[in-house]
Amino acid sequence: MANIEKNIINGLTDLRDWVDDRFPLMQNWNEHLAKYYAPKNFNIWYYFGAFAILVFAIQILTGIWLTMNYKPSAEDAFASVEYIMRDVSWGWLIRYMHSTGASAFFIVIYLHMFRALLYGSYKKPRELLWLSGMGLYLVLMGEAFFGYLLPWGQMSYWGAQVIISLFGALPIIGDELSLWIRGDFVVSDVTLNRFFSLHVIAFPLLIFGLIGAHILALHEVGSNNPDGIDIKKNKNSEGIPVDGIPFHPYYTVKDIFGATVFLFFFFGVVFFMPEMNGYFLEHANFIPADPLKTPEHIAPVWYFTPFYAILRAVPDQLGGVIAMGLATNIFLLLPWLDRSPVRSSRYRGWNFRCALTLFIVSFLVLGWLGMQPVTPLFTWMARFFSLVYFAFFLLMPFYTAIDNDKPVPHRVRN
Amino acid sequence: MVCVFNYADNHLSDMQGEIMNESNVDKGRRRFLTAAATVVGGAGAAAGAVPFIATMTPSEKTKAIGAPVEVDISELKPGERMIKKWQGKPVWILRRTKEMLDDIASQNEAVSDPESQSSSQPEYAANEFRAREDEYLVVIGICTHLGCSPSFVLKDGDNSPVVDWKGGFFCPCHGSRFDLAGRVFKGVPAPTNLVIPPYKFITPSQLLIGDDSEAA
Repeated sequence: MANIEKNIINGLTDLRDWVDDRFPLMQNWNEHLAKYYAPKNFNIWYYFGAFAILVFAIQILTGIWLTMNYKPSAEDAFASVEYIMRDVSWGWLIRYMHSTGASAFFIVIYLHMFRALLYGSYKKPRELLWLSGMGLYLVLMGEAFFGYLLPWGQMSYWGAQVIISLFGALPIIGDELSLWIRGDFVVSDVTLNRFFSLHVIAFPLLIFGLIGAHILALHEVGSNNPDGIDIKKNKNSEGIPVDGIPFHPYYTVKDIFGATVFLFFFFGVVFFMPEMNGYFLEHANFIPADPLKTPEHIAPVWYFTPFYAILRAVPDQLGGVIAMGLATNIFLLLPWLDRSPVRSSRYRGWNFRCALTLFIVSFLVLGWLGMQPVTPLFTWMARFFSLVYFAFFLLMPFYTAIDNDKPVPHRVRN
Repeated sequence: MVCVFNYADNHLSDMQGEIMNESNVDKGRRRFLTAAATVVGGAGAAAGAVPFIATMTPSEKTKAIGAPVEVDISELKPGERMIKKWQGKPVWILRRTKEMLDDIASQNEAVSDPESQSSSQPEYAANEFRAREDEYLVVIGICTHLGCSPSFVLKDGDNSPVVDWKGGFFCPCHGSRFDLAGRVFKGVPAPTNLVIPPYKFITPSQLLIGDDSEAA
């Protein structure tokens, strides 16, 4: 028996060596997993990057299966989704996994971004890591927006109408641009068909490529950690960071554990509250699109509402569109707005800690306001919190430069 | 034979020497060729992008659907509104009562463009009531802000958007308000009055939306 075992192992080793002579298999395995040294003090916040990849995989998998039954035409789209839900075996599960996955993707990405803010992961030398991540976030917003039109419900239709009209507000090119995006004078079958194409081919490919760039950039500069310390500055005689542990098996096993916990909650939503009381799947979207009638109360899905509240807070049409565009893109400037030499908020002064807290509060309140109907009180609240939102970024060079940061230790804390 | 081989070897090494030796390179010429290849290649790529961009503009079929629509308004009672689809957009036809017209006239102060000077409408609708005939308002029911379709809210309705509401249109998306002539009120996000499409009366009870040519 021992001999057979030995022969199998030898055979597999030979096969690996055969491949290695022709393809950098072990080199990549080592570079990105077995000999990629990550800081040993990762905490719960470091799960969300892995979760994002997991959700991406779920979306790709369920998306492929949905495409087998979905029909991208104004005539058939709504009915084909109902067909998937009622008549296709297990279709409801695939569809609810995909719709829940969309919201889960944003929850995970927002927490992943918050982690970066908390521990200064966007700061030098991780600027390109941050920019590729922001690129992913913006492309993901596009992907979600295209996908939301596909069920061809009332919210799909009027949501797309409003978002495309945002481009129409731009001076000079606005009308032509929105006509070009729609391919028609109104959101129509033509629009649905091209959104389907972008949703299932173009944007997933972009996301895939950007994830690759994001991980390559991460593995070039190395992971940040809750202490914000550069572990590469402290290496042993073999050139291995003393505060680092190999990603595989340590963090692969940790992430697999995290994934099971994540999936527990994910499927809890899929099975017991897939509509999340109108937050994940809005009620009005169970009515087929009617180009002649806007629903009484329309709001985007929850992950867009902070920006939607900012749009509504500005009384001027073009001004609102500009403010909204700025609010989504201003994160890109973060590495250059932050003037503090310290990364982690563990060792940063109260200026930044208070500013970050106020920013998170304003982001959440704006998110809530974006779901509410327009009233004078809510409009003024949205204006106030929009100011707080922008002040976090625009005043950052000042309050971080004079912050009472604490000394940073040389080794990570256990 | 040996001689030939030697010759070949020497020749090869001479060529290698020439290629390797950077000082022999005509840098100006290399730069010119690189620049020329970049410009020509770039122009080719730009030209190649044209059909991809152009294919996303409205097709001939899409443009053809914009044909005029005939509407029978003989059944429309005073104070009532009907909705017709033209170019995929909702077009409202509102038969206004005398009271409604008086209400419109009383709001000139509250609307932001009472004379419709910066709004979009055919010449024959650039008047106080924004219509060919005062009684009938024909208007595209798409908010000039971000394209939602406002709802028709009557004067005495329970859901008046503001106090002292004289009747008009209220956009649920971002709170824009319009009077019964489609004129936008001050202090709302919509920048201009609702758009009036080209139209004409074929007979007193027959409307043609999308065509206002005088010739028969």
